[in-house]
Formats: sequence, structure tokens, C-alpha cells
Amino acid sequence: MAATLPPPRLLPSGDSAVTVEFSRTIDDDANQRVLALDKALAATPIDGITETVPTYRSLLVHYDPGKIGFEALGEKILPIATRPLPPVTKARRWRVPVAYGGEHGIDLEDVAKTLGTTPDDIVIRHSGGDYKVAMIGFTPGWSYLSGLDKFLHMSRRQSPRLLTPSGTISIGGVQAGIQCLAAPSGWHLLGRTPVRTYQLHRNPTFLTEPGDRVTFYPIDHKTFEDMDRAAEAGEIVAEQVDA
Amino acid sequence: MSRLVVASIGPASSVQDGGRHGAQRYGLTVSGAMDRLSLAAANTLVGNEPFAAAIEIGPFGASFTARDGAVRVAISGAPRNADIAGSPVAMDTSVTLKDGETLTLGFARGGAFTYLAIEGAIKGEAVFGSLAVNARAGLGSPYPRPLQAGDEFTVDAASGAPELRIELPKPATGPIRVLLGPQDDEFDDANKALLLDSEWKISATSDRMGYRLEGPAIKHLHGHNIVSDGTVNGSIQVPGNGAPIALMMDRGTSGGYPKIATVITADIGRLAQTSAGTAFRFKAVSMAEAQDEARKFAHAIRSLPDRLRSSDIVALNIEALSDANVAGYAVSAVDAGTWQVTAEP
Repeated sequence: MAATLPPPRLLPSGDSAVTVEFSRTIDDDANQRVLALDKALAATPIDGITETVPTYRSLLVHYDPGKIGFEALGEKILPIATRPLPPVTKARRWRVPVAYGGEHGIDLEDVAKTLGTTPDDIVIRHSGGDYKVAMIGFTPGWSYLSGLDKFLHMSRRQSPRLLTPSGTISIGGVQAGIQCLAAPSGWHLLGRTPVRTYQLHRNPTFLTEPGDRVTFYPIDHKTFEDMDRAAEAGEIVAEQVDA
Repeated sequence: MSRLVVASIGPASSVQDGGRHGAQRYGLTVSGAMDRLSLAAANTLVGNEPFAAAIEIGPFGASFTARDGAVRVAISGAPRNADIAGSPVAMDTSVTLKDGETLTLGFARGGAFTYLAIEGAIKGEAVFGSLAVNARAGLGSPYPRPLQAGDEFTVDAASGAPELRIELPKPATGPIRVLLGPQDDEFDDANKALLLDSEWKISATSDRMGYRLEGPAIKHLHGHNIVSDGTVNGSIQVPGNGAPIALMMDRGTSGGYPKIATVITADIGRLAQTSAGTAFRFKAVSMAEAQDEARKFAHAIRSLPDRLRSSDIVALNIEALSDANVAGYAVSAVDAGTWQVTAEP
């Protein structure tokens, strides 16, 4: 039998939630453990758990203290959280179209300048990446992606923008992102996708799940307009392939 | 069916219920009533489920008119003067508006949120099991935004059931209780003590997303950037400027500032009802005490129906006092909150 993994920290988030923390930093191994624990708890539910929220480095477990106490829950979670990781299973992969630059990606030129290269090179590097949805948070459908090309790592903007458009494709620090709704952001805006990761009356309402793989491909602005209309009408304009 | 028309209403008023659970993993915030006990009390008075959708009324005044028939409603939460055509209506009671009658509510006298529940509850299209307004995500039903004058609800015609009052448990007083963590190790003892030993005030710029706290600046041990992780109702995060923010029902589902402590479930409604500018303190409690209080709080909500009383005594007292009101004081100017006190059996 394989050795167990080091235990996560169990941090109380009030009386009705516990943060199961695998790492303090962005770390793909930790994220794999987060997603594995999330999956295991979904497959074999522990009575009293009401909701789980995966993030880069921790799993937030909401529970009903009327059904299970902090200590008892911790005792049930720890053996599952220290199990060796199951073999990697096939993930879904989304091919996401992006209109880079111009009005849709107002920071593309500046990013190229800052990194000492051309906008085309940025597009090739960004769309050539192999990403994983590490977590979804902040606003509905906002998918945080790991796997950004090291060359593209750069600190966030000094002053965040109060409003950035729906569908914004951006980078910030070591992360890449797909933003669904218009929202404030301090990240660098490279382009826009017609894909809605969240659309209320569509089935499914939420397109991406933590653990999904993502790749991007460039489209021209005319194609963006066409796909955007189709997406508004409820079409999933991202292509799903097996990873 | 009858209609209840919003004749006038201030900002920060919206349809809320027990909240939208199960989709925080997709970034969907929970929303729901800021003061769950008061929502449940108002609903219980008119025979609804405790967390049915009702109108959460912000600190300003509001008025509601029944149309096409009678509408039975109840109010609970932040105390205010309330009347129907000059006849006072007490907090924590039900009342039936006849067709054409208007219930007028004044400003909140202490606290912020008052709940108006409607017999049969507000009807709409639930998303993830909830009608709660989350304006940023365009969610909420029948209006996915704060309420405005002219909005109306199609509601059940009043049942004619006898009016009730509810004897709520004495509200807890004293400090708002917190559990330290999840990131209290991002702060040294002196700065944790600063949170627990200082007097705090809620900033006027607070809203349903978060209550900004005014007091001493709290310093981090390792800077204010942590890798984003999940938030809960009542998370107290400390951003770069050192001014803590208590995250409330419309919080983002994840956040990247260290969270020094978390308000316990039983006290979140109390914090929500603390008026801007009022001084208060925090107190750290143990996990055992916090969970015990959470269980008691859940029990208090479940047992609200046991606290219903006939409101006859109140009606008699109001009548008697109105009759005695010969000196010319306007009855509507009488503090409606005091009527309950005189009505204690």
C-alpha cells in the first residue's frame, strides 16, 4: 500500500465551515489534492457537509454544526485528504476562441512592450498554452487557470480597472483567466471570448468545472461578432474535446 | 389573487430569502437575508416557511398598498414606526391590509433591515433554489435588482386568519463574538489583540457585500497578499490599508486578503443590524461555544411557531391608549416599538 500524503491544515472558517489547506502558495500538486478531495467528498458524501468550494490551494467545506462538529468532521476528512492521489483520469478539454488585441484586448500592445516582444508573439504564447481550471470564484463563472507560460508572468496593474468587459481573457501574476460577467479587474486584458462560462437559462448554466483543461485559439473580430450572437442565443461556442 | 404595490421605498431594499446554496464553487454568491432571525420571525407570523422570500427593507422608509383584494403581511427586524392610515402597527405582528389600504413604515430606529413577509410568500422563478436578489449577477425574482416605487407582487388573497404577534427571545447584547482564523497566523498577538480589544464602528460605505470597520489599522505579518481562498458569511478580512471588512451576504466567493477571524453564525444578524457609527467590540470564543450557539440559533428559528401569541391584547391596548389620547398627541407619532412592551402578558 502506498504511503499516505502529508496531512493538510484544518483551519476553522467560523462555526460552519473548515478550510482544508494543502499549501499556502499556488502549487499544482496542492491543487490536484484539492480537486481529488473535492471529488472524493462528492462520491462518498459525509453527513453534514452542505457545500464544497475548491480553490488553488484549499478546499472550503461548508457544514451544518447541528449534524457534525468541527473535530468529528476533521477526523473524517483527514484520512481521505491524505490518501495517495488516484491515477490521473481523462479530463474534459475546452477549446476557447479569443479575439485578441484592439478594442477587445486593450493591454495586448503594452504587455508586448513590457515583455520586450511583439503582440503576435504574446498571442502565440497565450493561445499555445495548456491550462487547467484551478478554481472558479469572485463572480459567477470567473475561471482561474494555471499553466500560464512563464514568459507571460507579470505583476498586476498598479491600479485596478473599475469595470472590464464580459468575456475578458486576461493574465495576472502567474495566472490566466476567463472572466464571464463585467467586473472590476487589475489583470492585463489580452482579448475577449464570446464563450459564456455562466449563462442563466442555458443547460448547463456553468460551462467550466474545476479540473477542466482549457486551450485558446485566435479568431478575428468579425468571427467574434458572429459567435457572440450565437452564444447570446444560448449556443456553447466553445468546442469540447477529450483531453 | 391580490397585489401588493410598492408605493415608496428607499435604497438597499430587495427581495431576500434563505439564500442561494450549492453553487459557490462556480463563483455564485449566496446572498439572502442579512438578519435571518428577523426574516424567519416575519415569515412565521404569516404562516410561511422561515426562509421564504420576503422584502428586506433598508434603513429608509417605505410604503406598500394592497390592490385587488386584501393582503396579510408581518414586519420584524429593525424597529420603526409603522401605521395604516394613522393607526399604529406594532413590530413583530401580522396585519391585514384591506384593498386600497397602505402600510407606511418610517426610518429604522436603530439597526438597518426590517423584513416585510407576505402571507403565502413572494412568488417568482427560483435559481439554485432561491429568489434572493444578487444584483451583480442579475439574479433575483420577480425583480433581479433593488426594489423601486411602482414594483408590485402578485400575492395570495388574505386568508382572514386571526392576527398574531411573536414574542422573540431577548436579543443578545454585548460584544459580537468571533472565532479566530482561518488566517489568524498571518497576524502577531499584538495585532490580534487590536481586533479584540478595540472599539469599532461600521463605516457608512458598508453594504450587503461587506461592512467596513473603522478603528485602529491592523498590520499583517507577511503582507496582505495571500493566494485567494474561499470566504464565508462573517469572514473578517484585512486588506492592505489595515481596515478590516466583515464579509456579508453578497460577498465574493473567494478572496485574496488574510482573514483574521470569522463572526459566529449566531451573531451575524446582530452585526448586520448594527447601525453605521455605533461603537461595538468583538470577543473571541471557542469552537465549542460557537458551535453550541449555532445549534441554539438554529433551534430558536425552528421553534419560532411556539412563540406566536394572539395579538388581541395589543389591539385592546392600542385602542385603550388611543381613547386616552385626548391631549392631542398624534397616535402615529407614538413609538410603535413600545406598544409591544405594554402588551406583555
